[in-house]
Amino acid sequence: MSSPRRLLVVGGLVLAVLGTLYGLHYAIFVEHQTLDRMGGSLAQAFVHAAERNTAEARGAVDEYASTKYNYVRQVDVHSHWIGLAMLLIVLGAVFDNVVLSKRGRMWVASALVTGSFVFPLGVILQTVSHGASYASALAILGTATVTIALAAIAWGFARGADQMTQIESSSMGSTL
Amino acid sequence: MSTHVTPIPTADTFAPMSARRIFIFGGIVLIAGGMLFGDIFAVFVLHQNGGQTGQALLAAAEAASTGNSLAVKQIFQHIGGLLEDHGTKVDAHVHMTDAGYLALLVALLQPYVALPQRRKKLLAGLFVAGGLLLPVGIFLIHYVGLAYSPFARIGWASLLADTAGALLIVVLLAEAYGLWKYLRGDDSGERELPTDSSWERRTLLSGGTILILVGFLYGAWYAGVDLHRHEARETQILKNLLDASTSGTGGTVVEVASYGSLAAEGAVKIAAHSHVIEFGLLAMLLSFVQPYVYLSDRWKRRWVTLLLGGSVILPVFVLFEINLGLLAGAIADVGGLLVIIALVGMLVGVLRYSGSLDAVSGVAR
Repeated sequence: MSSPRRLLVVGGLVLAVLGTLYGLHYAIFVEHQTLDRMGGSLAQAFVHAAERNTAEARGAVDEYASTKYNYVRQVDVHSHWIGLAMLLIVLGAVFDNVVLSKRGRMWVASALVTGSFVFPLGVILQTVSHGASYASALAILGTATVTIALAAIAWGFARGADQMTQIESSSMGSTL
Repeated sequence: MSTHVTPIPTADTFAPMSARRIFIFGGIVLIAGGMLFGDIFAVFVLHQNGGQTGQALLAAAEAASTGNSLAVKQIFQHIGGLLEDHGTKVDAHVHMTDAGYLALLVALLQPYVALPQRRKKLLAGLFVAGGLLLPVGIFLIHYVGLAYSPFARIGWASLLADTAGALLIVVLLAEAYGLWKYLRGDDSGERELPTDSSWERRTLLSGGTILILVGFLYGAWYAGVDLHRHEARETQILKNLLDASTSGTGGTVVEVASYGSLAAEGAVKIAAHSHVIEFGLLAMLLSFVQPYVYLSDRWKRRWVTLLLGGSVILPVFVLFEINLGLLAGAIADVGGLLVIIALVGMLVGVLRYSGSLDAVSGVAR
């Protein structure tokens, strides 16, 4: 197994285990409590409204929004880490079909693994401090890295398909 | 029936009841089952559930405007039940499909997993069992609740789902251990997957990569442009709704309608993003299975075209639901059905292939 393939497969497996462990931890220790808090604060907002306590009602809506902000990102991290892990492993299996230079293949594989780890990490760090610019920057950096690497891989596949078509047409020519 | 599958090398990689065969059969069945469940959910539950939630929210606003806090609490208990009903069904669909993807992935890795064959078969069986039990447990959470549970917050269905999830993790860890042994020089006792450069494989690989890239770009655009705006708008609508309730000036119906539209907009955008990526991944995974699809080239190409066509139709028309409503939803469901039909077609091809192999080797007797 070549080094870029090994990097993609091992990186994918590590990320899959990380994402699944995070999901399990989240499901057991965090999710039920978060959902209770989210539902509770929204219900409380309406109860305060029924009691004509507008300030408390608005405060409860803010609490609901804050909890939901975290919830969306926590679920996103779980699904994106696992999704990207699967992508890494699949690409690891077919990476020999990507027609790029040896060095280019290693760079693309490294960028994809790094971006796949960093992008969800940036997303989850947004829950530590809402709207933190370093967390958003990390998520954007990870997204850009994965996107560029994916585009390079698509290009590499296209070059491989071109080569295959040329081989097929030349072999047909020699047969004729 | 004509096929360009070269029997001897490919057959060596697909031994009767081998771990790879269990992973491939189990994976395709889990994906097709998960997608069928998703299609049924989209047609019979999704919109009805959304409508009921909107009505309940309006009822809560009206109860608040009349100062009836007891009714508000009761309505929110009902809303909680509706959201749990919706959430667990989405989760069951996602987890069943994703377990299928993981099964196909691990099938790919079998030549690099240095473990005894019997253990590999056991791991494959456990993985497929876990992949089935996890969505079943999630689906039952809404119906079983906390009945007879010794815990304050976690019911038996949750325990089933968590146990199945833990089983999947154990299998993945064991496979990772086998991979680690292989990388250290141990022999896996299995041949590499057959190298195949057929039209089907190339089309699925390049089509899958493009779908993933498009989905990724769309997701980045959504996160950058829409997500924060949606979150701020949701908070504002809820505050407006509460203000309208407390002031008694009316307008609650408009605010609830805005809330519903916003929720629908967010849901279809996220669904389009996730489905286009998942279908891209599925196309890439199925490219590896093509040497085992024992069908004529013409039928193999039909299934590939149908799969990629459905993979484009579903996410595109899910997005159009914002403007075209249920018509677009119906077309999206047809797109999902095309993918399921293509999957079943390929599964039939794989079953024919394994049947022919077993008949030749005498296993079938």
